[in-house]
Amino acid sequence: MLNLTHYSDDERFQTVRFTVNGTSLRLAIPPTMLLIDLIRDVLNLQGTKPGCYEGECGACTVLVDGKAINSCLFLAVNIDGCSLTTIEGISTVEKPLDDVQELMIKHGAVQCGFCSPGMAMSIKAFHAECDANPLLGRDRESIMKAIEGNLCRCTGYVKIIDAAEELLSV
Amino acid sequence: MAKQLNVIGKPTQKIDANIRITGKAQYGTDVQLPNMLYGAILRAKFPFAEIVSIDTSKAKALDGVKCVLTAEDVDTELISYRRDHPILKKGEVNCIRDEIAAVAAVSKEIAQKALSLIEVQYIERLGIFDPFEALKEEAPQINKFIDGKHSNKNIAEHFFYEHGDLTQEKAKSKYIISRRFTLPRVTHCCMATSNMTADYSPTDGRLTLYSTTQVPFLYQRDIARALKMEPSKIRIIQVVIGGGFGSKLDMSPYEPICALLSIKTGQPVQLIFSREEEFIASPTRQPMVFDCSFGADEQGRFTFRDVKIIMDNGAYTSWGATTPFVMMQTFSSLYQCPACRFDTTSVYTNNIFAGSFRGYGNPQATFCIERCIDMLAEQAGIGKDEIRLLNANYKGEVTKQGLLFATCGHKEALETVIIKSKEKQNGKSSNRYKYGTGYASMLHVGGGAKIYPSDGCGTTLKIDPFGYLTIITGSSEIGQGSETVLAMMASEELGIDLKKIKVINTDTDVKPWDVGVHASRTSFVAGNSLLGAVAEMKKKISPKAAQMLKTKVGKDVACNVSTEDDLEYFGGMIKSVKTGAQIELDKVIRALHFKEPNELCVVTYFYEPSSEFADKQFKGNVSGSYAFASQAVEVEVDTYTGNVKVLDVYVAQDVGKVLNPLGLDGQIEGGVVMGMGYATIEELQVENGYVLNPNFHNYKLPTAQDVPCIHFFPIETEDPQGPYGSKGVGEAPLIPTAAAIANAVADALGVNIDSLPISPEKVLRALAEKDRM
Repeated sequence: MLNLTHYSDDERFQTVRFTVNGTSLRLAIPPTMLLIDLIRDVLNLQGTKPGCYEGECGACTVLVDGKAINSCLFLAVNIDGCSLTTIEGISTVEKPLDDVQELMIKHGAVQCGFCSPGMAMSIKAFHAECDANPLLGRDRESIMKAIEGNLCRCTGYVKIIDAAEELLSV
Repeated sequence: MAKQLNVIGKPTQKIDANIRITGKAQYGTDVQLPNMLYGAILRAKFPFAEIVSIDTSKAKALDGVKCVLTAEDVDTELISYRRDHPILKKGEVNCIRDEIAAVAAVSKEIAQKALSLIEVQYIERLGIFDPFEALKEEAPQINKFIDGKHSNKNIAEHFFYEHGDLTQEKAKSKYIISRRFTLPRVTHCCMATSNMTADYSPTDGRLTLYSTTQVPFLYQRDIARALKMEPSKIRIIQVVIGGGFGSKLDMSPYEPICALLSIKTGQPVQLIFSREEEFIASPTRQPMVFDCSFGADEQGRFTFRDVKIIMDNGAYTSWGATTPFVMMQTFSSLYQCPACRFDTTSVYTNNIFAGSFRGYGNPQATFCIERCIDMLAEQAGIGKDEIRLLNANYKGEVTKQGLLFATCGHKEALETVIIKSKEKQNGKSSNRYKYGTGYASMLHVGGGAKIYPSDGCGTTLKIDPFGYLTIITGSSEIGQGSETVLAMMASEELGIDLKKIKVINTDTDVKPWDVGVHASRTSFVAGNSLLGAVAEMKKKISPKAAQMLKTKVGKDVACNVSTEDDLEYFGGMIKSVKTGAQIELDKVIRALHFKEPNELCVVTYFYEPSSEFADKQFKGNVSGSYAFASQAVEVEVDTYTGNVKVLDVYVAQDVGKVLNPLGLDGQIEGGVVMGMGYATIEELQVENGYVLNPNFHNYKLPTAQDVPCIHFFPIETEDPQGPYGSKGVGEAPLIPTAAAIANAVADALGVNIDSLPISPEKVLRALAEKDRM
C-alpha cells in the first residue's frame, strides 16, 4: 500500500506511533513525507482533500490532538504520539453524520463539496475550542474569523456560517 | 387554477450532500485504478520562443518512467473550435502554458523528476502581450494555425452587430458619455485542480476517461477528433467535480495528452494539476477594453450605445472567444436601446488564453453599461434609480435583436432593490469613511442558448417493482444542485418520496444525450425533459391504475373512475379524485410487469427548447426564456487605506419560479461573493506573458470574513416555457455585482471607477486625482 518509489534510497525511515480515528498504528515512514500524503496515499483516507499543498485553502484540514491543522503543512513524522482525526473519523455506523455534517447539509452549505470535509473539521475544532474556553466568542463574527482559512468558491460562505452558528448556539 | 405543489418550492437538502460532506465522494483526485501510472506535463519556459531541440533521453532512462511523449511521437488533430491549437507543441511555443512534453511514471514524484530531466533548447523571441500591439500592421502572426478568415492576421474572432439609426439617435441625444473601461483577467479557482484519469484497453481499443468535463457528449466527440478515434469507443465517466464555473466547457490539451499516455502504455494514467499549474494552465475570464459611447435624451431615455471591444484571446482560441454572442444581447437589449452598434474583436497575443467563465462575457458588458448609466444620470441630473426604471425592460417586449421577453421581472427587480436598500440607513460618512450605494441590472439567457444544432436533453426513467425511481438524465451535476431539483420534480409529479429516487448522470455509455451544463440551462432544459418523461411514464401507468381502481371500488362507482385524467399521484399512492379510491404505486408497477401487458416501467424522452439560431445579423430569439436581475450594493470606503468594504447586497432576481429555495439561495450567495471578488480583489497578473501570482497567497479569493449581508428577493414571473414557470438562475447573481459595487464606490467618493479590481491603490489614486482637480 505504501508507495515508496519516489523516496530516495538514503532516506532513513522513522517509526511513528499514533492513533488515527481511534485506531492505534505503528508505521515506518520517510522523514520528508507530508501528513496529507500519509493520510491519502498510505492510510487511504481520501476524504481529506488536496486543494493547494501550500496551506492556503484549508481543504486538507484535519484534527491533530483536537486542533485543526493543514495536513499539507505538517510533516508526517510529527504525528508520532498524537491522535489524528480525519473526516472519516467523525462519524460512526450508529451516527453516520456528526452534528456539524448534519447542520451543513440542512443549511445547504455543501455545493461541489470539495472544501466541505476541511470546513467541517475547522468548525468542529472551533466548536471544541469554544466549549473548552467559555470566554471565546461564539457570535457570527467569531465564526467568520475561525473559518477564514478555509476557502470555498461555490457557496459564498453564508450557509456554512449559518450551519456553524446553529452548531455553536446549542 | 395552478396545481398545489407539495415538493417544488420547499427548501430541500441536496440529495448528494451526504457523500460529499463525509468524504465518500470520489473526485478525480481520488480515482485509483489497478496498475495506474502518474502523468505530468512539461510546459514552456518562455512565453514565445523557438524550440531548437528536445532531448528526452535522460528522462526515458530514469527508473520508473514508462513513457515520454513529444509532438514527434503523436499523430493528433488540432483542437479548439477554431482548430488553432496543437495539443503538444512543435518548433515554437506561443504562451507560457504551452505543453511541450508529457511523462507517465510509476509515481507522481518520478514523473516530476523526469520532467526536470527533459532538456529543451530554446531561442527566446520577443512576444506580443498587448492586443492593441498585435493588431498593428507590422506585428507578426502569433497563431500560425488559423485560416485567415479575418482581415487582420491576429484576429481570432470578430463580432459585429447593429440595429437602429445611430446617427439619428446621436442627434437626439442631449447627454452623451464616452469612456474607456478596462477589465482584468480573473480565473475560476475551482477548489479541486484540473484532473483526469485515462484508462485505455488495448484488447478492444476502448478508452475510458474519468473526467471533470461539463459537456460530456461534446467532449467525447472532441477527444475522438483530437485522437482520430471513433467517438463511441470513448466512454466518459464524470467524476464528482470540485467546482466548474465554466472552466470545464472546453477540452484542454492535458486531457487528450493524458489519454495518449494511457494509449501508449496500455495502463491507466492519472494527471492532476498542482495549484500553481492550475493558475497558469487553466482558462481565464477575458480581459477586455471597452471604448464606448452612450446617449440619453432630455428626459433620460436611452438613445444609443456604440461600443468597440478588444478582448485578449491569448495564444489559442477556446469557446470563450464567443462570449461576444452573450455580450451583444446585453448591449442590444438590457434596458431600452433604440440604436446599437457593437463591434468586438478577439485578438491573439502571447498570453495564456482565455476560456469560458460563469457569466460568459456578461459581467464585463454589464459593468460597461451600468457605469455609463450612472454617468448619464449624473450628467442629466436624474436619479440613478429613476433613469433605470424609466428605461427598464418589460413583459412582452421583443427587443431590436429579436429577443422575446414572454415574462420579464426587470422593473419589479429594480423597484425591489431600490426600496429595500433605502429601508436600511446607510452609515454616516465621516472624514475617513465614506458610504455609497450602487445599482446594476442584468439580462441573461434563462432557457438554454441555441449555439449548437441541438440544445436539448434526454431523460430515461425507470420505476422498479418496489416503487423506487431511477432518473437517468443527460444533464450533469457540478455542485449546483441539479440532481436534487430533478428528483424534486419527479417526486412532485409521481408522488414518490425523495428518498426513493436515484439520479444517474455520470456515464456517456448509459445516459441519453445532453449538450452540457452551461448557460444556466440545466433546471430549465433537463427539467422540461424530465417532465416530458414523466408524462410518458404516466401514459404507461395510469391506464393500468385506472383499471385496477375500477376493480377495487366495485361496480357501482366504476363508471366514475373511467379515465386516467382523474388520477392523482401522491404519497406513493395513485388516487382517484372523484371516488377517493387509491392504490399503491408499486402495486401497479408490479401488475404492469408481472401481469398483462407484461411491461417494464421504463420510458425515454428528449426535450428540445423552442429557441432558434440567430441569423447572420445575430438577430433571433435564441433562448427559451430570459432572466433578469437587479442588485443594490452599499459600500464603506476607508479613504485612509483605500479599502472597500461591501456591507449589504440586495438581490432581486426574476427566477420565474423558485424550485428549491435552499439551492437557489446558495447560487445567489455564491454568485454575489464571486462577483465581489471580481470587483474588489481578484486579478491574475500577467506580465510579459508570465503569470506573477499563481497561488492563493497572491491571488486573493474572498474568505468567510469578507462576506457581506446578502438580502435576496426572488421574483416569480412564471415563465410559460419553464418547468413550473422557472428560468435559469446560475450565472445571473454574479453578473451585475461588480458593476453595482463600482457604482457604489463611485457614489461614495465622487470619483470615476473605470477598471477592476477596485484595489486600495486605485481608490487612493482616484482620490488624489480628485483632490488635484
